[in-house]
Amino acid sequence: MKKLYDILSLQFELADFESKRSDLAFCKVKASQAISLLTHLRDIHGYTHLVMLTCVDWLEDKQFQLTYLLHNYATKTDLGILVFIDRDHPVMDSLHHLWKQGRVYQRELHEMFGIDFPGSPGVEEPMILEGWQGPPPMRRDFDTKAYSDETYSHRPRVQNEPEQHMKEQLYSED
Amino acid sequence: MSITLKLIWAFISLGVVTVWGLTLNGIVQKIFARVQGRLGPPVWQPFIDIIKNNAKRTAITHGIMFYLGPVFRIAGGIGTYMFIPVIFGSVYFSNFSMSGDVLLVMYFIFFGQLGMALGAGEGGHPYSAVAVSRGLAQMTAFEVPFALSVISLVAQYGTLNITEIIAAQQGGFLQWTLFTNPLAVIAAMISMLGMNMYNPFSVVIAPQEIPIGPPTEYHSSFLGMLATNRGIFAGAKLILFMNLFFGGATNLFSLMLKTFWIYMFSVFVGAAYPRFRTEDSIRFFLKYPTAIGIISILLFTL
Amino acid sequence: MNDINDTIIPEPVPEYPDWRKDAKTLTNAGLSEEEQDWFCDARPQPAKKSWQVMENFLNWARSNSLWILAFGTGCGAIELRPLITARYDISRLGMQPRPTPRQASVFMIGGYVSIKTLKRIVRSYEQMQGPKFVVAVCSCAINGGMYWDSYNTVKRIDEYIPVDVYVTGCMPRPEAVLAGFSKLKELIKGGKAEGQNLYAEKFDWYKENQKRVIKDWNMPDYNW
Repeated sequence: MKKLYDILSLQFELADFESKRSDLAFCKVKASQAISLLTHLRDIHGYTHLVMLTCVDWLEDKQFQLTYLLHNYATKTDLGILVFIDRDHPVMDSLHHLWKQGRVYQRELHEMFGIDFPGSPGVEEPMILEGWQGPPPMRRDFDTKAYSDETYSHRPRVQNEPEQHMKEQLYSED
Repeated sequence: MSITLKLIWAFISLGVVTVWGLTLNGIVQKIFARVQGRLGPPVWQPFIDIIKNNAKRTAITHGIMFYLGPVFRIAGGIGTYMFIPVIFGSVYFSNFSMSGDVLLVMYFIFFGQLGMALGAGEGGHPYSAVAVSRGLAQMTAFEVPFALSVISLVAQYGTLNITEIIAAQQGGFLQWTLFTNPLAVIAAMISMLGMNMYNPFSVVIAPQEIPIGPPTEYHSSFLGMLATNRGIFAGAKLILFMNLFFGGATNLFSLMLKTFWIYMFSVFVGAAYPRFRTEDSIRFFLKYPTAIGIISILLFTL
Repeated sequence: MNDINDTIIPEPVPEYPDWRKDAKTLTNAGLSEEEQDWFCDARPQPAKKSWQVMENFLNWARSNSLWILAFGTGCGAIELRPLITARYDISRLGMQPRPTPRQASVFMIGGYVSIKTLKRIVRSYEQMQGPKFVVAVCSCAINGGMYWDSYNTVKRIDEYIPVDVYVTGCMPRPEAVLAGFSKLKELIKGGKAEGQNLYAEKFDWYKENQKRVIKDWNMPDYNW
């Protein structure tokens, strides 16, 4: 994996190579080079399978971390590409032309994190949040409990202290 | 006997056959459940279901044909029944068999399904349309061996009148068509498997992948009507088969016994076999039973 | 070939959804004009009962012929399948699963209800023919359960459709679901399971609750 990283770093601005296992490694790349790196990996180095595309919200750093996890069937290795984008202007290039399933991941990220992928088909369609009007709910600054309390009414709770409750049940005459 | 009195008796016998058909359906459900290792619903469950469905407080409509679908279906059931002599030699349970013959009965068997197809199509549910097309295709297929075996019977007895066919089978069980013309009976019994729509040929009702077949949109008293017809139609078909192939019945007890065992034939097959797809069942019906039917015709005409 | 007037109109750029706008307003006030003719959205009316002896008999028949429409929203849906197998066998009680809402009389909600499923639940419930009963299974349907602070799960289903019997548990065993059904049978025999009439009487209240959480209301107000 380190060898592949060295080859790739001749062409792309990579950083922070981290080998988790013998068959799993991660590295960072600039957002502007990410799609060309993915194309390169898919077409030349045999990473033909997009395992997943997910997002981590680094609220303190004001960054979103996009993780593209690729799999190589020939060498049975996984390579994760980390891309950091600005949290205030969350726009990323789309990869729907490389993998068709990418459009579903991008639709989900658009819905859950508010990241825009211009050009990805159907990216604006709601996936599970039909008619959602609040902020994207998977962002860490979204207070899900406050939203829930505000929107839905809770069933009032009746709490029983078990000891007290059983005393009343069993020895109510005393 | 006057025609009015005959009508009254015909409706009494209709009531009898409805109760008997529904009871048979209940028994069948019980048998299937026991085969699957369950306790199963009580035998009178079909009656409770009909009462409940008719007691629903609301109903909706999708148009005029939607109303007429169950009406056609039940008219098909009653029409089939009305021209079959129920008990041979009985003046009370002979219905209107003097005015209709086996061709009319066969027409009525088809009629109900066609009416149902129109009504279910008006319901607009896509599953209804799929099930209707499957049902009509399969029905056209199993009508072929049945018609062939009836033609063979006509060639054998020289008549289309059901009463005369029964009369020719009297005098001991060796005179039954079952023994005098076994090939025709085999073809007809196989086509009855398709008519009763138990497994291998249950893809029309398709309890798993297409919910309950053509009546997907039917509910409330529409469904009650269809369930009632299921009893009438089952009884009518069984009595027709008993008359044509198993020597008819001279009293109510032998009628119940014979129809029960004729029904059990398709139930035992249904409980033991998996299901055909529509195209497979059409291919099946047009292959072996059709060949058997043609051979039985040739035997009696050449 | 092209006429001079046939200018190319650029496709409107889809607007980036502005979630900062006031969340209290509805995005959609209902069906569009031409779609309204496709549905009958007359208000439901409370059904009249027949005289008492007859009603008792009919209630007995209803309680012994419960046809279930299982709405498998969550994990509770798994608990219906064992009920049909030989071990628990609900068919001995005259019950059977029914795959279409038109023919079913018991609506079984198995698990948490998100907003997206709530829309489907409301429509399925309204398509059922009365008398209809609702059994809500799992604690998620009762008070939100483990989704008590979720942004997308309603906390109590009885604000949106009337519920006759709750079955607690996460998830309840099939025995518990069976106990719930026998409780429902008791209620029906006692004439206390009148959820359909309740829904018709408090129709405005239920609709208000439903529309408060379903922000894109693109369905008829009452779908029979």
